[in-house]
Amino acid sequence: MEQFDYESAGLISGLEVHQQLLTDRKLFCRCPAGLYTETHDGEVLRHMRPTLSELGVYDGTALMEFKTKKEIVYLLNRLNMCTYEMDDTPPFLVNQEAIDVAIELCLMMNMDIIDEVHIARKQYLDGSIPTGFQRTAIVAVNGYLPFKGRNLTVTHVSVEEDSCREVRDEGHRITWRTDRLGMPLTETVTGPDLVTPEEVRDAILLCGLTSRSTRRVRTGIGASRQDVNVSVRGGNRVEIKGVPRAGYAVKLVHNEGIRQVNLLKMRDEMRRRGLKTPGDIRMKACDVSGILTFRPDAKVFAVKIDGVAGLAEHPTQPATTFLDELSGRIRVIACLDQHPIVLSSASIDGLRRNRIRERLRAGEHDEYFIVCGPEDDCRTAAEEIRLRFADAAEGVPKETRQALAGGFTTFERILPGADRMYPDTDSPPTRVTAERVARIKAGLKPPPWTRIERYRSWRVPDETSTFLIRRGGADIVDAVVEKTGVDGLLAAVEIGQRAKALHRAGIPVQRLGAAEWVEVFDLFTGGRIPREAISLIATRMATDGLTAASAAQAEGVTVLGRERWQAAANGLDMAGYFEKDDSAAKRLRFLAGRAMQMLKYKAPAREIVEYLQSTIELAAK
Amino acid sequence: MSVPFEERSDRLQGYRGAARDALNRFEIGVWSEVELVNDAGSAFAGVILPRSETADDLHIVIKLFTGYNVGVAAHRIASAKEIGYRRAVYRIPEKDFPYDSQKKNVTLLGTGGTIASRLDYRTGAVIPAFTPGELYGAVPELADIANLTTFKLFGVFSENMGPVQYIALAKAIGEEIEKGVDGIVIGHGTDTMSHTGAILSFMVQQSPVPIVLVGSQRSSDRPSSDAALNLMNAVRTAAECDIAEVMLCMFGPTSDRNDLLHRGTRCRKMHSSYRSTFRTVGATPLAMVSRTLNEKGSHFTYFTDDYIKRDPKRKPIINPAFEEKVTIQYYYPNFNPDIIDALSGIGYRGLVIAGTGLGHVNKPLYPALERAIQKGMTVAMSVQTLWGYAQMYVYDTGRDLLELGVIPLDNMLPETAFMKLSWVLGQTDDPVKIREMLTTPINHEITPREPHNGYLILQGGLPEVDEFVQKHWK
Repeated sequence: MEQFDYESAGLISGLEVHQQLLTDRKLFCRCPAGLYTETHDGEVLRHMRPTLSELGVYDGTALMEFKTKKEIVYLLNRLNMCTYEMDDTPPFLVNQEAIDVAIELCLMMNMDIIDEVHIARKQYLDGSIPTGFQRTAIVAVNGYLPFKGRNLTVTHVSVEEDSCREVRDEGHRITWRTDRLGMPLTETVTGPDLVTPEEVRDAILLCGLTSRSTRRVRTGIGASRQDVNVSVRGGNRVEIKGVPRAGYAVKLVHNEGIRQVNLLKMRDEMRRRGLKTPGDIRMKACDVSGILTFRPDAKVFAVKIDGVAGLAEHPTQPATTFLDELSGRIRVIACLDQHPIVLSSASIDGLRRNRIRERLRAGEHDEYFIVCGPEDDCRTAAEEIRLRFADAAEGVPKETRQALAGGFTTFERILPGADRMYPDTDSPPTRVTAERVARIKAGLKPPPWTRIERYRSWRVPDETSTFLIRRGGADIVDAVVEKTGVDGLLAAVEIGQRAKALHRAGIPVQRLGAAEWVEVFDLFTGGRIPREAISLIATRMATDGLTAASAAQAEGVTVLGRERWQAAANGLDMAGYFEKDDSAAKRLRFLAGRAMQMLKYKAPAREIVEYLQSTIELAAK
Repeated sequence: MSVPFEERSDRLQGYRGAARDALNRFEIGVWSEVELVNDAGSAFAGVILPRSETADDLHIVIKLFTGYNVGVAAHRIASAKEIGYRRAVYRIPEKDFPYDSQKKNVTLLGTGGTIASRLDYRTGAVIPAFTPGELYGAVPELADIANLTTFKLFGVFSENMGPVQYIALAKAIGEEIEKGVDGIVIGHGTDTMSHTGAILSFMVQQSPVPIVLVGSQRSSDRPSSDAALNLMNAVRTAAECDIAEVMLCMFGPTSDRNDLLHRGTRCRKMHSSYRSTFRTVGATPLAMVSRTLNEKGSHFTYFTDDYIKRDPKRKPIINPAFEEKVTIQYYYPNFNPDIIDALSGIGYRGLVIAGTGLGHVNKPLYPALERAIQKGMTVAMSVQTLWGYAQMYVYDTGRDLLELGVIPLDNMLPETAFMKLSWVLGQTDDPVKIREMLTTPINHEITPREPHNGYLILQGGLPEVDEFVQKHWK
């Protein structure tokens, strides 16, 4: 990554973490949640129109998305959707199980639960939700997560319905699958408290760990997705949408910081050229199909912008230029998605370049761009080029950008504002009583930072603690320690490391719950099995469904009385021992090996070694 | 901007009890922009919204500046300060409808319903309140279709339509026809749209131009609403369609594809919420109308030529008669004869029975029916199966009922029969005339033949049906 001083650029960042909740049913209907399909047995076609917010204003994003005039196709499967998802039935009452899970997560993040939860509609006209809006409700505000010795503010958490999965987006038609639609998820919004890309990554991990600590969230691909908001000083909030993994955030945030700084430099250059406000941007478009053709039946338009010569090549993200900014807008809004989406005059050969220049009466300070497609779309594209330069005159436009592979982003939509929100008239508000909050609080699991701190006191490595929390082993470790009094480190290592290895080797150790592990450790603390046999017994229990005692029996594991195994050890001799440089240590190793063969799983290995050591030492004396 | 409290008539709108006290205590109110802090130190910045009257008296609703709404418990408010005042103006920008002398003239009569609706803070629900004129602001495409004049007759929910509205509508239609419009569109709630379609078919006969009822199943306050497309297609139908009858123009499939034109006397709402809720029963729809042209270069695809053609020279017959002492009874096993006696006793003059099967009720009902008919009540029989004919000669039960004087209505839909009986009894009490008027069809409310594709309810689950459905946009 190229050098970039985040502090001097004034980079700040905050998160919107989306986490699917583990409920049986969807949020507003009784369809099963989490049942994904790749086939469909019905389709519907829809269009979207913007509507007024309750304060009487149209939302800018909504108008932009309306401009795209998309045909929206939904793929339906009876197994996981009903007439609610296709917007042919009003919502049923909100799933209270989902509200409970959300409240639980919020309490873990030290939040203040909203007294009366109101469901709002958040407009999305891209078709990702067939109603044209997402039902969403704030359930808590004003919380924090302990983060690197300070507090990461959690501004609010809302519970909302998940959207469709995009299948394809070509020209004026976008196709969506409705299986994921309506599944409950929480959106956790943090303050803009993060100041480096690495902090963003770590904060994403912390949010994930926190929600996993409830044990009531979904895991796996797509179960948790985050949007990262980034701005630099003098720039603007840009939302990077759909960051799939915490690690990817580092480069994305870094590149966005660079993009914004570059856009601010370009603004300064435009100001020097007298292009100070959006009103200073002059555009002229004309049909040049007679001069230039790319595809049969496609018109070619040249779009001149006065005074911006050379700015198409102005850098934005690393290895990209302002031309990519134009291309992104045109692809999304004008639906021109076939290459070349937009060209600058520099890519046209000399003769034709000049003919077009003459046609447009473009001077040496002007620049023109080429777009190609149906005439209506070309005209939309011309207007978008003008609008993008108009935005550039003011610096960084607020927008939502899609995360691409390699740490780059591309335009997705203008950042929506408050005007896209209005109340859901189909749903009554939910009063959250103090009793309900108290009940959930009483059953709250320890938050990750408390657990990690506690495990550290047992000398458990953070990596193991994190693994245990993410995978649910921490609950088991806590139960084992509490019920058997076993050393926490031993429990954490056995459950967090050994069992992980067994799982990787294909042994279904996840079948073992807290009760089963308590059984195993009961045998250990009762002196009935040695420490080395713990994972052996766990394996047998998991594969054959045995109790700990039966598994121990089946594996022939029974610790002998101290006298019996000491007697057996005493019977060992040094037959077969040949060492040139004899030493007590070598003798011990030899004897210990013999002893382990004979007493494996019948006596604690460490004690055998200690005993042998003492006898050797005695012999030496 | 600050507005003195005494000038804010809706300052406490919907708030009662503790919530109202809190608004007074902190000197804030509805539409106040506030900074409010609760007892946990959480700050809320936003606009106070009116409270739904059915909601409790414990919470204050704030629309946060982020756009979300939250309810804050009144007893938890630690401090609240008004920092501004912003009264919501929920209006679609109203623009002058452009006039084009080349285009047809259509009048839109507004009655209410979800095609023209907005949020109501009083109840938190959707109310019919757009003036039809505002529709143009929301659906500018209308200007490409016709010149539109709008006239709001009333703003009522579909279920609140009744004789007063039917009569006013019929008269208004007559006046518009008199003015020479090329077609009439009526914005209407969908719940009783087919009832209105039926009564208008009787009250307004021989119309020279189309009369098109239109509504929406998804209210126009949502992006996925069917209102805009329905309205565009209805206006096009009024302006250009050749069928000069009372029709309903509603979604064919649930996809945004096309509308079907259903005859006012022959259709019914068949699903409580689906877009494609209307079905022509016992026949096929008259035509399909879409925004795009068909292969013949027309927006209309006619399914029949058996309709009354547009003829500007024809004079309509406006006959807004209605007898209110008419009822419809859905027969069920063990239906108590007392009900018939009671209806007769309080002076009901007409009864439509939606009978079982071919038009039956049980024997214990006979004496009561006989008493009612002798007292002068007209009793007519339709079928609760909706499809098919009342054929009362097939079983003894039917023949007994005919003997008693019950009038079989063939395949007239029960709601249509109710409207027709009300209309007939509004004009005469001569039993012979009543029977003749009831059984003589005015516009296909009784048809002599039922085509086999007039009854098609595809049964989901059958492989061939599922295969068909999969291949088409629903």
